[in-house]
Amino acid sequence: MTDARDIATEAGMLAPEGTHHPGLPPAGIRRAPEGVDGLTTEHLIINMGPQHPSTHGVLRMIVEMDGEEIVSAEASIGYLHRGIEKLAEHRQYNALGTLMDRGDYVSGIHGELASALAVEKLMEIAIPAKADYLRVLLSEINRIASHLVWFGTFGLDTGAMGQFLYAMRDRENLVDILEGITGARMMFNYVRPGGVLADLPAGMAAKILEFCSGFDKYIEEHHDLLGGNEIFQHRVKGIGAIDRDTALAFGLSGANLRGSGVAFDVRRERPYAAYGEMEFDVPVGSTGDSWDRYMVRMEEMRQSNRMIRQCLEGMPEGDFTAKVPRVLRPPEGEVYAAVESSRGETGIHLVSQGGDTPYRFHYKAPSLYALQALEEILPGHLLADVVMIIGSTDIMLGEIDR
Amino acid sequence: MAIDRFTGEHSIAFIRVEQLFDLARRNSLWYMAFGIACCAIEGLMSASGPRFDFDRMGVFFRASPRQADVMIVAGTVNKKMAETVKTLYDQMPEPKWVVAMGACACTGGPFREYPNVVLGVDQIVPVDVYIPGCPPRPESVQYGFMQLQDKIKKQTEDRLAARRDSH
Repeated sequence: MTDARDIATEAGMLAPEGTHHPGLPPAGIRRAPEGVDGLTTEHLIINMGPQHPSTHGVLRMIVEMDGEEIVSAEASIGYLHRGIEKLAEHRQYNALGTLMDRGDYVSGIHGELASALAVEKLMEIAIPAKADYLRVLLSEINRIASHLVWFGTFGLDTGAMGQFLYAMRDRENLVDILEGITGARMMFNYVRPGGVLADLPAGMAAKILEFCSGFDKYIEEHHDLLGGNEIFQHRVKGIGAIDRDTALAFGLSGANLRGSGVAFDVRRERPYAAYGEMEFDVPVGSTGDSWDRYMVRMEEMRQSNRMIRQCLEGMPEGDFTAKVPRVLRPPEGEVYAAVESSRGETGIHLVSQGGDTPYRFHYKAPSLYALQALEEILPGHLLADVVMIIGSTDIMLGEIDR
Repeated sequence: MAIDRFTGEHSIAFIRVEQLFDLARRNSLWYMAFGIACCAIEGLMSASGPRFDFDRMGVFFRASPRQADVMIVAGTVNKKMAETVKTLYDQMPEPKWVVAMGACACTGGPFREYPNVVLGVDQIVPVDVYIPGCPPRPESVQYGFMQLQDKIKKQTEDRLAARRDSH
């Protein structure tokens, strides 16, 4: 099929490359390249969002359609911009986790951990072994909780409902565990520079192990329920493929990168906390389509479950926090610390000029890179696939807009 | 109420049409699926999930503002979003209610220092129930909805009382 955009460009209908401004509708709106193959087609602009039940927050996609096929897609972001980076410049170092919680709000522990690691790297604080294990434990519990939210909503995106209820059932159990340890259901503020807030309460280890043994069975049920569904397989297999080069060029990370066949995992390549002592596999996909990303995330949940057990078995004795001053004043300098969050490499670039607040606090959000890749992979797909492809990349608007 | 001649049960209810409508309205408060930020996970997803299951009190989500009764503003509203929130509110049919969920929607919350953030959604749309918390627990949201039901009930009673007094 001839590319309508090429025809329109040749006919002088579209604005030249680079002259399109964000906020305006994409070039080519309501313009018909006439007389090609005896047919006249008219491009239609469809606006999705910011209120759309499936766009995972407040993403707005402006999609240019030729019939049922997408010609171009443009993401409009900023509907949740709260200035987290700027506000961090006016927060003391041990209050950064509070803001990071609300960045990627479904996996708060990872954001807290990234900011705590950055501060510790800058101040060269030695962390007790127990704190490292507790951080890994909480990270993996939170990873499963976050992936379950993705799993439930990804099914909703493809038109299934049942798996959402089962995923939320398991997530509520995990949230109970997180609440028991940290005191909060979502905004934990548990990982602090120097260690963690509190030790495991009495009886919590048994409760976590009980969840783990149950989850071994449940994860297979989840996979059978959604992944075993033939309609679902037809919806996702071969759709939204990101090849290896595109994935690397766009700087994807996490399951989106691993789905494309690149075995990069921050936990493996640059171990932090106690990940150097953990045994886990890094699942990798082959073609980079939505099905591969689905399979990678499902396998990640199994590996997280494995790591939770290892953490509880190998939990060292001792303090859960190092002795740190109440007000942290790191020396001048800049550091970058990254963790493998549920969505990819969440990094913090911290610049200090002395004093008790950061000079610059940059939040590298993996979802932003995935969103940019979307504009590349969406053309050529059907409108019905847009929501599914957005769901398969598991983007989180809280950390994109910050 | 009247006693049924055959079964001996209360079977006939005499009720004003307004009260009947309000009985129906407050027991089918369909909210618009419109999650902005963190609160959406607690107030919309956990709420419709199996544990809290708001469906049992008639509270369920609709995807379109045209079919919704309640708008839960779940998250930080900034100046780019404010226009959309207003549009969505205007698109909802009367009677309609707004629940401001969480610190951000009530006052701007932890981000109120940032100039881009709207200091409470009540600056854009009229709010009926404020639910504090960051984020509020689903139980809080449930309590908020119960307060809203009471409010709807009381509105009718007040209206009827005012009419009675005027005669």
